[in-house]
Amino acid sequence: MEKSGKKNNRRDFLFTASYTIGAVGIGATIWPFIDQMNPDRSVKALATTEVDISQVEPGKSITVLWRGKPVFIKRRTESEISEAQSVDLNELKHPEKDEDRVKKAEWLVMLGICTHLGCVPLSDKGEYNGWFCPCHGSHYDTSGRIRKGPAPVNMEIPKYEFVDNNTIKIG
Amino acid sequence: MSDNYVPSSKFGKWFNDRLPLLSLSAHLREYPTPKNLNYWWTFGGILTFCLVAQITTGVVLGMHYVAHADLAFESIEHIMRDVNYGWLLRYIHSNGASMFFLAVYIHIFRALFYGSYKSPREVIWIIGMLIYILMMATAFMGYVLPWGQMSFWGATVITNLFSAIPLVGESITTWLWGGYAVDNPTLTRFFSLHYLLPFLILGLVILHIWALHVPGNNNPIGIEIQKPSKDTVPFHPYITIKDLFALLVFLIIFSGFVFFSPNILGHPDNYIPANPMVTPSHIVPEWYLLPFYAILRSVPDKLGGVVLMFASLFILIALPWLDRSKVKSAIFRPIYKWTFWLLILDVSVLGYMGAMPAEGTYLLIARVATAYYFLHFLVILPALSSVEKTDPLPLSISEPVLKG
Repeated sequence: MEKSGKKNNRRDFLFTASYTIGAVGIGATIWPFIDQMNPDRSVKALATTEVDISQVEPGKSITVLWRGKPVFIKRRTESEISEAQSVDLNELKHPEKDEDRVKKAEWLVMLGICTHLGCVPLSDKGEYNGWFCPCHGSHYDTSGRIRKGPAPVNMEIPKYEFVDNNTIKIG
Repeated sequence: MSDNYVPSSKFGKWFNDRLPLLSLSAHLREYPTPKNLNYWWTFGGILTFCLVAQITTGVVLGMHYVAHADLAFESIEHIMRDVNYGWLLRYIHSNGASMFFLAVYIHIFRALFYGSYKSPREVIWIIGMLIYILMMATAFMGYVLPWGQMSFWGATVITNLFSAIPLVGESITTWLWGGYAVDNPTLTRFFSLHYLLPFLILGLVILHIWALHVPGNNNPIGIEIQKPSKDTVPFHPYITIKDLFALLVFLIIFSGFVFFSPNILGHPDNYIPANPMVTPSHIVPEWYLLPFYAILRSVPDKLGGVVLMFASLFILIALPWLDRSKVKSAIFRPIYKWTFWLLILDVSVLGYMGAMPAEGTYLLIARVATAYYFLHFLVILPALSSVEKTDPLPLSISEPVLKG
């Protein structure tokens, strides 16, 4: 009896070990087929864009492409800045201070992508004088914060820096 | 029956003993079919035709199309203007998608009316739903290939649905795109998958028909019958000729679209090349996806909308267990009959709301219709299973006719 019990244990061990190695092997084989769909290095390499902003008048904005996505660079007017700064944070769906969303109050740099399903919002539209997404009706304020509609969070601020007074480097 | 079929020629017998293709063909010819099948039962054949037509036109379009973000739009124009009969092949393919969905919706609602999803046909129904889901994925990816404005923004919105998934959503969308936005890598993989999926659908269609041939067809009065018997006729020639006639009528409508208004079901914005900087002011999916789109938009929460939209689709798979009434055909179900037509109305309303802007009264109506959709499947059907007093069923297909 004892002998056969021992045999079964050895066999169980061999089965478990084989299944484990087999599963690891299959996983390692499948991974390249999945990972090939991720962004490759040539895509990741296009990580920075430099933009000349000297021609942008107050109240106007330009849109540039960065990593295939539109980036809004808006030179805000005094009234737009004060409107953005005076909002009570309790009113916001995604509370963020305007000061935390800009490096210089005059310049708002953000991804021009609605956080709902990725459309490009229209500027100077909507109930909060900021942006309005035509796809599913999200309203953003002059700081790009979500105020009304299905979008869950504020429009994203990309990594950027002022190289000098007239140049912004995104990424 | 075909089980004891013996080929007449010596070679036929030799071959059939090794690969019983002739037995299969005999089975398909003699397959006993209820003699009371009406024209709503001809859509299986029509759908098979649609699939073959889409694959045939698709394969030849693939000979001229270039899957690259810089060239795709141009190559479609090249097909339309230069390629011999290119305009015809493309219009058959693009309108064919709509005709395919038209037929599949009739086919699905026929199953709903006559209870074809019930025991012993649950597996046929589930395979059918998988085909339907694959069809939507295929149609969506095909719509992206011309790389017009609607293609681009449709792809953006649909792939962004996955970003609603907590924690991993962002990585999933990046993985789907192969970048940080919909771009060339997205287009090339969509082309590859758009070519693959129809063949998976074809495989599922074979399983769908195989599963059908185990219990045999349901029928308008929804009773199980002896097969073969006085209640059945052989598939060939009785059903083949009926299917063929229905197909011809269907093809007249199909041709009407292809030759007289090939763009009426499309959107003019898709003749503008894709521009990642500007979203068209009013984006809508193709008509056959509108009800689901309306459900998505009726929820003021991103994750909630996405969950409800997928739920509205997957709930259909559970249908054989939600509707537990033993009586199949709505003819003998006085209350279900009405809820069936209400559901048709509800889905039509959802479709209309999906095409309208999501605001004000439209949004309110879409919300009520969404609520009713789920009410139908989750409350009304299970309740009817026990509450409804059904009419008496005839003993056979022939009985009421011969007695009357």
